[in-house]
Amino acid sequence: MKKSNLILYGTILILGLVAPFIFPGFKLQISFLWILIVLAMTWDVQGGQMGYNTFGNILFFGVGMYLCASVQIGMFFPLAEWTEAGGEKTFVHTAPQYFQGIVFGLLLAGIIPAIIAGLIGYGILGLRGHYFAICTLGLGIAAGEIAGGIELIGAGQGMTTPPWPKNIGGTELRSQFFYYICFGLVIFTFLFLQWAYKTRFGLVLNAIRDNEDKAEAMGIYTMRYKIIGWMVSAFFVGIAGGLMGNMVGYIEPVEVAFAGPTFGVFMVLMAILGGKGTLWGPVIGATVFHLFKEGFWTFFLGWQYVALGVLIVVIVVFFPEGIMGWLREKYPEKFGEVVDEADRKAQVELK
Amino acid sequence: MKIKNIIITFISAIALVLSSASISLAKVVGDKIILGAAVSLTGKYSTNGEHTKNGYNFAVERINSMGGVKVGGKTYKFDIIYYDDESNSGRAAQLAERLIKQDGVQYMLGPYSSGLTKAIAPVTEENKIPMVEANGASRSLFTKGYKYLFAVLSAANQYLEVAIDLAVEKNGGNPVKIAMAFEQDAFSQDVRIGVVEAAKRTGSKIIIDDKLPKELNDMAATLAKVKATKPDVLVVSGHSKGALTAIRQIAEMKVDVKMLAMTHCDASKLAKQHGKNSEYALCAAQWHKSLSYKDEFFGDGMQYDKEFKAQFGYAPPYQAAESSAALLVWKDAFERANSLDKDKVRDALSKTEMQTFYGNIKFSPAGQNIAKPMVLFQVRCEGDKCENKVVAPTKWAAAKLVHPIPKWSER
Amino acid sequence: MDLLIFQAPILMVQASLDGILLGILFALIAYGMALQWGVMNIINIAQGELVIVGGYIAYFMYKAGVHPGFGIIVSPIIMYFVGWGLYKLVINKVVDRDLFISILATFGISILTQQLMNFIFGSDVVVAQSNFGTTMFFDGMVTLPNAKIFAAIVSIAFAIGLVIYMRKSKLGRAIRATAQNARAAKIMGVNTEKVYAATFGINAALCGVAGSLIAITFTLHPYVGLPYTVRSFMIVIIAGLGNLPGVAISGMGLGVFEEFADYILGTEFRIGSVFMLLVLILVYRRFKLSRKREYLK
Repeated sequence: MKKSNLILYGTILILGLVAPFIFPGFKLQISFLWILIVLAMTWDVQGGQMGYNTFGNILFFGVGMYLCASVQIGMFFPLAEWTEAGGEKTFVHTAPQYFQGIVFGLLLAGIIPAIIAGLIGYGILGLRGHYFAICTLGLGIAAGEIAGGIELIGAGQGMTTPPWPKNIGGTELRSQFFYYICFGLVIFTFLFLQWAYKTRFGLVLNAIRDNEDKAEAMGIYTMRYKIIGWMVSAFFVGIAGGLMGNMVGYIEPVEVAFAGPTFGVFMVLMAILGGKGTLWGPVIGATVFHLFKEGFWTFFLGWQYVALGVLIVVIVVFFPEGIMGWLREKYPEKFGEVVDEADRKAQVELK
Repeated sequence: MKIKNIIITFISAIALVLSSASISLAKVVGDKIILGAAVSLTGKYSTNGEHTKNGYNFAVERINSMGGVKVGGKTYKFDIIYYDDESNSGRAAQLAERLIKQDGVQYMLGPYSSGLTKAIAPVTEENKIPMVEANGASRSLFTKGYKYLFAVLSAANQYLEVAIDLAVEKNGGNPVKIAMAFEQDAFSQDVRIGVVEAAKRTGSKIIIDDKLPKELNDMAATLAKVKATKPDVLVVSGHSKGALTAIRQIAEMKVDVKMLAMTHCDASKLAKQHGKNSEYALCAAQWHKSLSYKDEFFGDGMQYDKEFKAQFGYAPPYQAAESSAALLVWKDAFERANSLDKDKVRDALSKTEMQTFYGNIKFSPAGQNIAKPMVLFQVRCEGDKCENKVVAPTKWAAAKLVHPIPKWSER
Repeated sequence: MDLLIFQAPILMVQASLDGILLGILFALIAYGMALQWGVMNIINIAQGELVIVGGYIAYFMYKAGVHPGFGIIVSPIIMYFVGWGLYKLVINKVVDRDLFISILATFGISILTQQLMNFIFGSDVVVAQSNFGTTMFFDGMVTLPNAKIFAAIVSIAFAIGLVIYMRKSKLGRAIRATAQNARAAKIMGVNTEKVYAATFGINAALCGVAGSLIAITFTLHPYVGLPYTVRSFMIVIIAGLGNLPGVAISGMGLGVFEEFADYILGTEFRIGSVFMLLVLILVYRRFKLSRKREYLK
């Protein structure tokens, strides 16, 4: 590893590890940021690397969230009673139960969405372009509406996730616990994708984006890679969903779980803002977006959606390449691109 | 590899921004007691979120102008930090966390709607921050053993129970057939629980039980079923949109039922918007201006109604009144606690026993207001002018309940 | 599962009629979407918001004492210019770009419009009264609100009017030429920029008509636009681009499907089933197309 890389990663790692102690009030806020980064990075697997603009990743987010909570509760108590009548009964998890529940819950929240992605992938990833975008959009909304009709998971009343067990330390410990899981998830996702993009898998994804038909003609079985790509996204998004559900503490079908108009769109925006198709783009995009949203939102009380609307239009109309794309254009040398000065001059003269 | 430097600069910039954002414990700043509230200024609850905010503001101004809050010999004024929860429960929970952790708020006011209150309550509870809420009526809020949650309003399941009892009574004590249509959200589903229980208690039969999606603005199918099955009572609840849609389509489809019971009639300005079509609709409300409760800040309901109208330009629905009452509860608790310590104030809150223009307030150990009845009113028209007239409880009844509702062909 | 509809067949008549009337209204909105999609290759997420803005115009006429039925004349005129302005401001910058960019840009416009409506028109749910009364059949068992019948007739009239206009007028021909091949049209002297602006304006005007009809048949609120957008999507996709009679038929089909899903699956699954249908139709199309592809091999 190069020295500058080492410094960079080291700084981030240390900052991430000590952040909860330097900014204790912002723990949850930063945890949300890690979740958003995961969402943006995994969206980028489809949207950026593979060229499949999906609105459907929110499906896995919601499924993961419901699954994790259901497993956490269902492992020890009857789920139907927990959610009955708007969740009137509360069973108290002991500390070991709670942690067992969350470990299994999060694991399943990753695995099951990945399996779902694998199962529906063949049908849906065969669609191209806007048909794919709209189909996944429909998938997300349908899931939310259907979840809102299922009594077992609380239907329209939503369900509460298990409260933090008593006697093992208060809210500070709870937010630290979730902070480090979120941080771990973001690191793992990042390293995994960094590795994956370097392998043949990443190359195939890019080949699909650049020209799927040609890739197929080259003898690559593109469908297999597309499905695997989607499963990878689903896995991480599912875990992110499970964590989100626990951090919010209350799962509502269309507002928290299958939140298409918020998280579903945010993940796309963040990736585009940062620069899609790059590893760092979604990370930077998510950070800038979150900072903007949390930092400036409050000054626009009531106007924040106007601000968001303007922001979206400005981003997609004027900066469709995102921050990384803009940097790349400005400083191509720093991205390892060889710029032939003479050639560039010649081009300028031609204009 | 300058790009790495850019990223490092970027990260350190963020760290700088975060650390410079001073984390002031803003529970009391100077002579101000800071309350925190996330209300819906945008999104589907924005109508009622606005009522809530106006109710809070109206009371804050009134209390501040009438001498403020006296704690430990010092006079404080109320101030509220508002955030917009976008009618989204996830956002509401996040903002509650933010108010408490980042803004250092020690005293909370509730958001609008049961769903959002359900989302916020776990956060305030875990952080041991007392919250007086005025718009979260879900019964499940009071069964979880929350110690820091106080609601000035009656629970949602009580909204239409009375209506079912009334229908049974009018039916000579015999069970009735009930058709219900409730929106898929926490509040309406809680109202449904109340109706289901009332039906069980009276032996009544529920023949239609529809759940309306949040986005729905067409109830034709439900109403056609009602026409075909002819129930005695039709119960509809779905915030303002549900009430308006129901009346419009009931009138268009000429659906005849003996009793039509609803919620959110005054918040949706039903009588004004639908005029004669809304006549005879029976509505549950937490408050009505003609109730005879009094306090020193707002006088009685009539006076509140008049002054609110003068300031905000519309008649206060009960959502505004109960929100104002929440502030009165806070003031009372601070003065009785004679301290700004949140736990002492919490204990004072739990011992609240007072009368406001909105009604009597006394909290059960679970934090529910048990001293106040629900009000039922019926929309009645004289000529083209329609008004809500209280029909129950009989103590305040301004008109007699019309039952059964005249058939459309006879109106 | 609710089998009431099979026990009382009269409900089927009611459901079908309700569905058809609803579907015609959707089809009008979808018609505008098909037009701009076909001509400009833009998917407009703000379609529903344009509808609601149109509805508010009718509502304010009603407030001012004019019968809201006249909204179908005033609203499209105003909305034409709104659409035209919107094109000049934003849409013209995304016309030649990736379709996804237009989805996102119009999504931005959509939330912007929602919020501005919230500020300008207030957040109350509002209705406009047409006082058209009701038509009844079968001894009052089947009821059709005259407002809905009026809405259907107006929608059909506007749709037919537009088809004729597209065939006969110069602008209509220019629009069709641009849809077929923008570059060739440009070479032939068509001012495509103007054509695009006009197309977007016409789309907004159609939304205005639909909106004023919704004001008298349903309810208005700044945040209820999205369902209209997604339904018009579906209708266009089912019908296929450029298939205008198909839009009408699939619109009505969707309306009837929704009503029946409501009766049979239960109201809570109504919207969910509509979206599941969308997914299934798309997947079905994909398999049909891929079979065709293999076949060609």
